[in-house]
Amino acid sequence: MKAVSNFRAARARRMAWWYFTEYRLLAMSKWVISILLFGLVTPLLYVFAIGLGVGSLVDANASGVDGVDYLTFLGPALLAAAAIQGAQDETTFPVIQGFAWSKGFFAVNSTPTTGIDIANGVMAVAAIRVFVTTGLYAAVLVVLGAIELDRILPIYLVVCLAALCYGSVIMAASSFVTENGHFIEIINRLVIFPMFMFSGTFFPLENLPIYLQIFGWLSPLWHSSDLARALSYAGDTPGWLIAVHVGYLAIWAWFGLSLAYRQFTARLAK
Amino acid sequence: MTSPIDQNLMIIARGLRKTYGDFVAVDGIDFEVKKGEAFGLLGPNGAGKSTTMKMIATTSMRTSGDLSVLGLDPNKKGPEIRASIGVVPQQDNLDRELTVYENLMTYGRYFGLSRKFLKSKIVELLDFAQLSDKSKNKSEELSGGMKRRLTIARGLVNSPEIFLLDEPTTGLDPQARHILWDRLFRLKEQGVTLVITTHYMDEAEQLCDRLIVMDKGKIMAEGSPAELIKQYSSKEVLEVRFGSDKNAEASQKIAHLGHRLEILPDRILVYSENGEHELQEILRLGLEPLTSLVRRSSLEDVFLRLTGRTLVD
Repeated sequence: MKAVSNFRAARARRMAWWYFTEYRLLAMSKWVISILLFGLVTPLLYVFAIGLGVGSLVDANASGVDGVDYLTFLGPALLAAAAIQGAQDETTFPVIQGFAWSKGFFAVNSTPTTGIDIANGVMAVAAIRVFVTTGLYAAVLVVLGAIELDRILPIYLVVCLAALCYGSVIMAASSFVTENGHFIEIINRLVIFPMFMFSGTFFPLENLPIYLQIFGWLSPLWHSSDLARALSYAGDTPGWLIAVHVGYLAIWAWFGLSLAYRQFTARLAK
Repeated sequence: MTSPIDQNLMIIARGLRKTYGDFVAVDGIDFEVKKGEAFGLLGPNGAGKSTTMKMIATTSMRTSGDLSVLGLDPNKKGPEIRASIGVVPQQDNLDRELTVYENLMTYGRYFGLSRKFLKSKIVELLDFAQLSDKSKNKSEELSGGMKRRLTIARGLVNSPEIFLLDEPTTGLDPQARHILWDRLFRLKEQGVTLVITTHYMDEAEQLCDRLIVMDKGKIMAEGSPAELIKQYSSKEVLEVRFGSDKNAEASQKIAHLGHRLEILPDRILVYSENGEHELQEILRLGLEPLTSLVRRSSLEDVFLRLTGRTLVD
């Protein structure tokens, strides 16, 4: 019996992150329509209003941007932005709910599951959500001609992974939230929205004054968008810049996960 | 050397201490819990019961001292210990959005149990918790007592060797408490080792084979409820009320009665082997209490004797 118990305990430890993922997917299934609509409708509005609407003006008056038509310029960045929004949604609300509102993480931690397993589970669910909603959006962008079909797969993979690098930091930040529900609004208004505006999403970053370009250099969205554009149409992007983009996003992931592992463990032990 | 498990000792604490900065929550306590025993930690809020429980449950690291749970060190083997224990926290932390069935299924998965096994286990647990007809209801639709029973069922999903219950009936109405006690009593009959914290003396008396009385992080006394009452109180207690402004004056006139008196703001307690006899003496002295009650001694009286305070102070 002891051997069976030990075997079960070992399996529970090894698969703990997945059991948490299963639980979150079940919880999300109650909201699947809302999640898909939110993941698609807002980004689609941007494609139609800015990409096609403003784009027709830009193309008519300036012959496109960055050497391509405006929709081609905009498409990769919109995909990157949608992925980042999805990653943020899945690394804020569930984490704050688990620690502060329902305290469900404490229930999970009374099983063999550790704080690190829970953090890994949160990231796994964020990955699933990001890959699904971004995938649907990517398909729409291909249909609209914003991204070439033969380029979409690497772009899709890159923006999803970049979004998860950002999500890991947001997950760590969310794990510090105690009671107040304003954190999500603050992140949306003071991080996501300015990042969307000043990361070279709608126009090249070089068009901004140098002091605003600094914000872009720090923004994971700019690094993600620039990588996506390099894969889409800007094949002449220098290798060193691609290395900077990848390295910068990797630092976000390393910092986010390290901090989240530490804080999840410490908070559950309180 | 024989291991604690060979000696049937499920939990051993020696000089167990937990501090938060300068605050000492648990102050060097010693106790043991044997296999199949219902062991209680009785004390008022802030006594250190829940902190002790969290250290046993491996969710809070001890500051110093030794603690062994199922022969393992909780500071080093948390997940391994948690695989074999069940926990009912002070506050229900069920997932409100999920159904009763889904709450049990998702929780059971964390122990590495297969869905096939859990399907039949959940039927058994719902029957035990008298929630079979609520299986498809969201947990937020349940009453307080039902939520508590679901939390208990959830804690039993891995057939734990030790079942930890932190204030299991706090906030429940009397009927819900009695249903819960019945369920816990059945577990005790099945030989499950129970560790229960409570500040309800009747709960401790009903459920515990042996208990420690805690106050300010220390153990004040240890033994079975009957032993503690015998050691620290009399067989019976006479409670008399003369009115809040007259209790002190009356207490001087009856100071010679019983083994001893406790003068509380609202009543006087006369500890005696024969409460009715003491009441007759009071009437013979010409005193007329507004109310009087003769009852048997309880753990509340033990606590009052040990600390000079009531459990609900």
